[in-house]
Amino acid sequence: MSDYETPIMSVKNLSKHFGEGCSNCRDVNENHLIRNFCPDCGTVYACRNVSFDLYPGEVLGIVGESGSGKSTLMRSLYFDQDVTSGEAYLRSYEMGSKNVFEESSQKKRYIRNHLMGKVYQNPMLGLRMGFSSIGNIAEKLIAAGIRHVGEMESKGRELLEYVNIPVYRMKEAPRNFSGGMQQRVQIAKALSNNPPILLLDEVTTGLDLSVQASVLDLIKELQRELNVSIVIVSHDLAVIRMMADRTMVMLDGKVVEHGLTDQVLEDPQDRYTQQLVHSLL
Amino acid sequence: MQIDYNYAFFDEGSKREIRRATLKAIAIPGYQVPFASREMPIGRGWGTGGLQLTLSLVGKDDVVKVIDQGSDESVNAVNIKKLIEKTTGISTTDETSEATIIQSRHRIPEVPLKDGQIMVLQVPLPEPLRFYEPSEFETKKLHAEKEYSGAWLMLFEQIMKYGNLATDADHPVMVDDRYVMAPSPIPRFDNSKMNYSEALILLGAGREKKIYAVPPYTKVVSLAFDDYPFEVESFEDNHCKQCGAAGVFMDEIYDDETETTYFQCNDTSYCVARLNHQTV
Repeated sequence: MSDYETPIMSVKNLSKHFGEGCSNCRDVNENHLIRNFCPDCGTVYACRNVSFDLYPGEVLGIVGESGSGKSTLMRSLYFDQDVTSGEAYLRSYEMGSKNVFEESSQKKRYIRNHLMGKVYQNPMLGLRMGFSSIGNIAEKLIAAGIRHVGEMESKGRELLEYVNIPVYRMKEAPRNFSGGMQQRVQIAKALSNNPPILLLDEVTTGLDLSVQASVLDLIKELQRELNVSIVIVSHDLAVIRMMADRTMVMLDGKVVEHGLTDQVLEDPQDRYTQQLVHSLL
Repeated sequence: MQIDYNYAFFDEGSKREIRRATLKAIAIPGYQVPFASREMPIGRGWGTGGLQLTLSLVGKDDVVKVIDQGSDESVNAVNIKKLIEKTTGISTTDETSEATIIQSRHRIPEVPLKDGQIMVLQVPLPEPLRFYEPSEFETKKLHAEKEYSGAWLMLFEQIMKYGNLATDADHPVMVDDRYVMAPSPIPRFDNSKMNYSEALILLGAGREKKIYAVPPYTKVVSLAFDDYPFEVESFEDNHCKQCGAAGVFMDEIYDDETETTYFQCNDTSYCVARLNHQTV
């Protein structure tokens, strides 16, 4: 098999519940749930048996309405929260032999710091607002084990220039930046340790159109140049159409449809996807 | 009104609780052990952590020395000494080598500490990661996972801002290759005295309710970068104006009559001892 045919990350049956579950909903009695919510015990089934593969250099788009489990999926993949059940294997970690969800928290931290980068919708979550921009990038590099100031400074400078943050503002805190700039600092931070996998959670939501375009342009450019694999979550179909090679559609915590982006958007098979595509303004 | 206090102010149960926390702290070098900080006749933040350690440890044969910023005669040091004297009846001293327990705020004495001595340091902020992560819940996890990027990040920020490692005091140290610890606000000059110290070093934070320790002969390394090594304060070629000492931690003092500055030993008992031994 060639290098491009083995997945860099494969996720199997990822489930995340908020709540204990009860006898009415635990035995996967689908009809009992109201969307993804059990009316008897109040358990929310945020992700239900989500499985997918991510291939090297690929952009995988995930669409779905609010509350469909997109962000929960992303948080689980970045270990921001524990999963209820499921497995994930990373080719770059132990040759894909270990389920990363079952590793110790130190190992998880290692994977986060060395093998992944994440850009959050809200820059408050991804950045330390009170520290300098270059310090924010250094944080990720320090976590990856670098203890050389000169090296970190030049790497940070290079990345910030790459995302068009002017040199004279590098030592300024992201707190003083506009939303678009904060998002670009976040992208620079996520890229600092050359992660093979980049997770983007609604990165352009809330940005104005021209800034949105420049951020997306930047991500596309980075992806081509560095050949990183990207999982991009968005509820904006235009973003998905522009960025993603393949697309997964989520509804109520389940994947209802997946396939090549063009295919999904031009010829939607699932009822929900049809509705979604046709509600595009 | 005459009140009969128990020996060393506290009741025996309280002293035992503090000693238990202390033993645990010694067993896990650099780890912050929570303890039930007692009410004291002095305000929290005035050395209650150190004082509680001293009072829990002091026995009939102990000799106590208390210093505040290097001085044996400052108000805080004198009052703490008086409290210990009144409630235990033991004697206090200014001589570092005579003392069995040395309680200090912001300095480790110039005279090298010996095997058998106990150095008690008063700590205002025991958590070295506090400015990086405000939540105690989170910093506990960071310590547990030995995730100290934050400590290095704070030093990195200093270099970005000032061009060098600029911590004036409380420069974080790695204890026994495991825990990053705040050495209390001692100058960087004193950090190296902790490394393989012959004396036991105890650190107490009364307001923050934490005790931690560096057992004797434990490796203590000040955090630094490959290209920005840790450096202590330099006093260049200056000598103490009183005793002529060099290579010690000095205060720079401004003389407003002559409008010049001069240097003087920060450790007063060290300076006085040197003066007493000099032939006139």
